[in-house]
Amino acid sequence: MAQTLLQTPLHGRHVELGARMVPFAGWEMPVQYEGVIPEHRAVRSDAGVFDVSHMGEIEIEGPQATALLQGLLSNDLEKIAPGEAQYTLLTNERGGIVDDLIVYRLGPCRYLLVVNASNRDADFRWLKEREIRGSEVSDVSDEYALLAVQGPHAIEKLGLARAKAFTFAEQTIDGIETMVGRTGYTGEDGCEVLCMAEDAVALWDAVLARGIVPCGLGARDTLRLEVCYPLHGNDIGPDTDAISAGLGWTCALDKEFTGVDVLRRIKSAGPGRKLVAFVMEDRAIARHGMPIDGGGEVTSGTHSPTLDVGIGMGYVPSAQARAGTELSIDVRGKSRRARVVTKPIYKREG
Amino acid sequence: MAAVESYPDDLRYHEAHDWARIEGGEAVLGITWFAADSLGELVHFEPPAAGSTVTKDEPYGEVESVKAVSDVIAPLTGEVLEVNQKVVDAPETVNEDPYGEGWLVRIRMADATEVDALLDVAAYQSVLASQ
Repeated sequence: MAQTLLQTPLHGRHVELGARMVPFAGWEMPVQYEGVIPEHRAVRSDAGVFDVSHMGEIEIEGPQATALLQGLLSNDLEKIAPGEAQYTLLTNERGGIVDDLIVYRLGPCRYLLVVNASNRDADFRWLKEREIRGSEVSDVSDEYALLAVQGPHAIEKLGLARAKAFTFAEQTIDGIETMVGRTGYTGEDGCEVLCMAEDAVALWDAVLARGIVPCGLGARDTLRLEVCYPLHGNDIGPDTDAISAGLGWTCALDKEFTGVDVLRRIKSAGPGRKLVAFVMEDRAIARHGMPIDGGGEVTSGTHSPTLDVGIGMGYVPSAQARAGTELSIDVRGKSRRARVVTKPIYKREG
Repeated sequence: MAAVESYPDDLRYHEAHDWARIEGGEAVLGITWFAADSLGELVHFEPPAAGSTVTKDEPYGEVESVKAVSDVIAPLTGEVLEVNQKVVDAPETVNEDPYGEGWLVRIRMADATEVDALLDVAAYQSVLASQ
């Protein structure tokens, strides 16, 4: 069914730059400008900027905000103070993953969740239905634009001071008021910059004027896969649990949250299957959904621009999950060899 | 560097964005600039085996970019005499030079009359214009 695609405040800028626009999670987004590979390399060696304004922002406020979120999110909010952020999961009763997200602790009783575009409505409904007295959940996505500025020179090119990972602060960039979080989805140094929607074009222009390369969703996917960050909807989802996905570190199993009993059981029994990373041994590219011999399945696969080889992630029976294990993947009817490797597939120096 | 858009007039074309250069009883096959550009930078070419038969209008190989995979359709029927190893080793050659260094296979044609059904450059460009 034809559906009108949403556009970010930067849509006009993308079109002017000659971006190839594609539908993604209900949005019309740039998949590439110059090309996936040069954009990927810009982020690994210099600095690139991604318009990720399609992502959702949900605010939770009130004296009971912490209590509400502690019961719904897997990670322990007591570990972060105002000015700090945390990677965490919104879980369901089966221990599955409704979404993975970053929670920013704006104040003692105020939080901002940055969630996947495809899950924005589901997340908001999930939270709103569980709202308790003394907590107020609001979808504020339309108020903000979000740019991810990533790469070894990203911080320096933005003229920002160094700061610890997973902290955030208000910063003025070329006269534009922003909130800069030291987070990202590429495995490189860098930040994610939140601004008011009406300031998005000015911020984008300022970032580009600082010699930062515009990058599309294509490079975002190859970058995240090289460092084995899961993509919700591919590698994780409502029917996969955090323990099998290797995200046990985001789950405070000593507190009570949705599905924690299921996760405790999986943790103590050991998961039957695990999400592993692999590198192709044969010249081939595995893709999402391809069967792996022994009952496994590829959840993400691409060509790694950094390593110049096929890479991916997939679920395999735990017996096949050890690094060094050879896998056989059915690539459109042909059996292709891959090898399980330790995550991440690529790690930056230093 | 990716090549600029062009469609040489000495080639014959298939509407699935493939070209053939007829050389006596043999033909060299490749994909057009439009096909290469639509896919983006190629990172893999899955070739047919030398000696195998390719069949007109049927897929005989695959080309992949980072984001997508596409069948390569044979514009003609014949036996594969040679696979372009340069493209196997460096698939981006197709983006750089789709009608020269970026050819894919050379075949011995089984039925030279099939050539008559292929498009000339004007007909192929009207296919492109209608897309």
